[in-house]
Amino acid sequence: MDRFLWTSGLLEINETLVIQQRGVRIYDGEEKIKFDAGTLLLSTHRLIWRDQKNHVSQFSASVLGLESLRVFFSFLAKVAKIVVHLHPAPPNKEPGPFQSSKNSYVKLSFKEHGQIEFYRRLSEEMTQRRWENMPVSQSLQMNRGPQPGRIRAVGIVGIERKLEEKRKETDKNISEAFEDLSKLMIKAKEMVELSKSIASKIKDKQGDITEDETIRFKSYLLSMGIANPVTRETYGSGTQYHMQLAKQLVGILQVPLEERGGIMSLTEVYCLVNRARGMELLSPEDLVNACKMLDALKLPLRLRVFDSGVMVIELQSHKEEEMLASALETVSEKGSLTSEEFAKLVGMSVLLAKERLLLAEKMGHLCRDDSVEGLRFYPNLFMTQN
Amino acid sequence: MHRRGVGAGAIAKKKLAEAKYKERGTVLAEDQLAQMSKQLDMFKTNLEEFASKHKQEIRKNPEFRVQFQDMCATIGVDPLASGKGFWSEMLGVGDFYYELGVQIIEVCLALKHRNGGLITLEELHQQVLKGRGKFAQDVSQDDLIRAIKKLKALGTGFSIIPVGGTYLIQSVPAELNMDHTVVLQLAEKNGYVTVSEIKASLKWETERARQVLEHLLKEGLAWLDLQAPGEAHYWLPALFTDLYSQEVTAEEAREALP
Repeated sequence: MDRFLWTSGLLEINETLVIQQRGVRIYDGEEKIKFDAGTLLLSTHRLIWRDQKNHVSQFSASVLGLESLRVFFSFLAKVAKIVVHLHPAPPNKEPGPFQSSKNSYVKLSFKEHGQIEFYRRLSEEMTQRRWENMPVSQSLQMNRGPQPGRIRAVGIVGIERKLEEKRKETDKNISEAFEDLSKLMIKAKEMVELSKSIASKIKDKQGDITEDETIRFKSYLLSMGIANPVTRETYGSGTQYHMQLAKQLVGILQVPLEERGGIMSLTEVYCLVNRARGMELLSPEDLVNACKMLDALKLPLRLRVFDSGVMVIELQSHKEEEMLASALETVSEKGSLTSEEFAKLVGMSVLLAKERLLLAEKMGHLCRDDSVEGLRFYPNLFMTQN
Repeated sequence: MHRRGVGAGAIAKKKLAEAKYKERGTVLAEDQLAQMSKQLDMFKTNLEEFASKHKQEIRKNPEFRVQFQDMCATIGVDPLASGKGFWSEMLGVGDFYYELGVQIIEVCLALKHRNGGLITLEELHQQVLKGRGKFAQDVSQDDLIRAIKKLKALGTGFSIIPVGGTYLIQSVPAELNMDHTVVLQLAEKNGYVTVSEIKASLKWETERARQVLEHLLKEGLAWLDLQAPGEAHYWLPALFTDLYSQEVTAEEAREALP
């Protein structure tokens, strides 16, 4: 804290305000000091802390004097802090809030948040070094406070007013957005009511509504994000969109599946497909609903749900039951294996390795040894011996 | 005296009346579907207008997103149900959350070996932000929760466990019942828990406490510390205080920016 100096807070010509944030507390190293509620301002040249209660009390450090930044998140503390390391003050530094300090860094605690944006801007300023291209008075560059009597082109007050206006306009935009949102929601609610009414008509007349009409209805529900009131099934199963999607999936997943031994968890598929798409991503439900149609459409992939609830996609040609024989062999060779060990040996994900071993156990090929050291599988000698 | 209602004629008449009624019923449904189709088109236009004015607000403002989601939920609409839905297509909310889902899965997978598939919402938040990089959109904890709720559909055991004012996110299908959850909540204070603590706070018998702790050990969610003073400590790596520290020197910052 001995690297700051008192300032009037007025900006120099060529110095512009970059960002400001209320509710910032400053610590001298780890120690709490009296500057607990202030506004932190960042300009192209300086970092300024101004007391919220007493605007006259403010001090600054030139950005040039900042050595490095760290962001500090503590689970227990629950308030994010930015740690700022400062170069030692030059011997001719003007007076500041602290004559001396054993700390070479300060901590800024953002009680009203805003630290992400502030950190970003601060890093940018430190990199861009705009103070080099926009020379201000000598006094500023040498980390001295502005001298009285100089002409100020722009005052902090003027900047504050502009920011206040901008804030008011943002507020206005937000309230307009909320108003528009409410109006939109009223219309959306009408759609929900209409769909309910249609659904009840459909229920009353089972079989009198054509399949074509059912498909149309389902696609309307999908567009609006309304759950099917008749069957309560999750959105969109049985729509054209999901049928197309199912066919697309075959193209995308054929090779990856072959590379992974014919089986992938749905989570892996979700990541793979969405990473490949980049935009217009699939929702988890889209993926599940498309996969549910694979069998019906007689495609070369199928969806399988294990007892544990884990869902996988398999090549139709993949027979998990046949894999069990080789799994038993592998386990027998090693005497016993945990899911992790098996996964490593065979080159599978731990999740799927565990499912395979569990299935083998279910079929009676393996039996388990469940202890605090983990779950270990052994060949089921009860079956084979005697 | 006239005979009434009975006879082939009456039956035929009745059948005709039924047929007419059915016909009319089908026409009614058709009418309503046509009406819905028209209203849907109108709604789409309204949504487009809304999007052109406020799409940025949704992208940039986490609080606005929360309002938006809550309002949708109130009227019975799920804007994240499908990437093909209007909301997703026009407001772009879908891509935001589905991509977040991918990032969450990747973080959980990367840290699973350390915490057994259990992570605090805070740590998940930090790691996701770290992965997204300095210039990405801000993501709130509410956003993470919503994305995780959607991921549950994929069947791989994502669940959200409330503990002491925050949440633990489980990403593997480990079986955690009420007893396990309660012990996790107890452990949140110090990052670890002991048998005596459980007995004192929850008034359980030793055996019950032991079983729960053994299960947590087995699932890789807890680590056993036999060298702790007094009795054995059961630590939960998921709850370790996370000191996230990223040193940025001026050189590195210069390199990082394009």
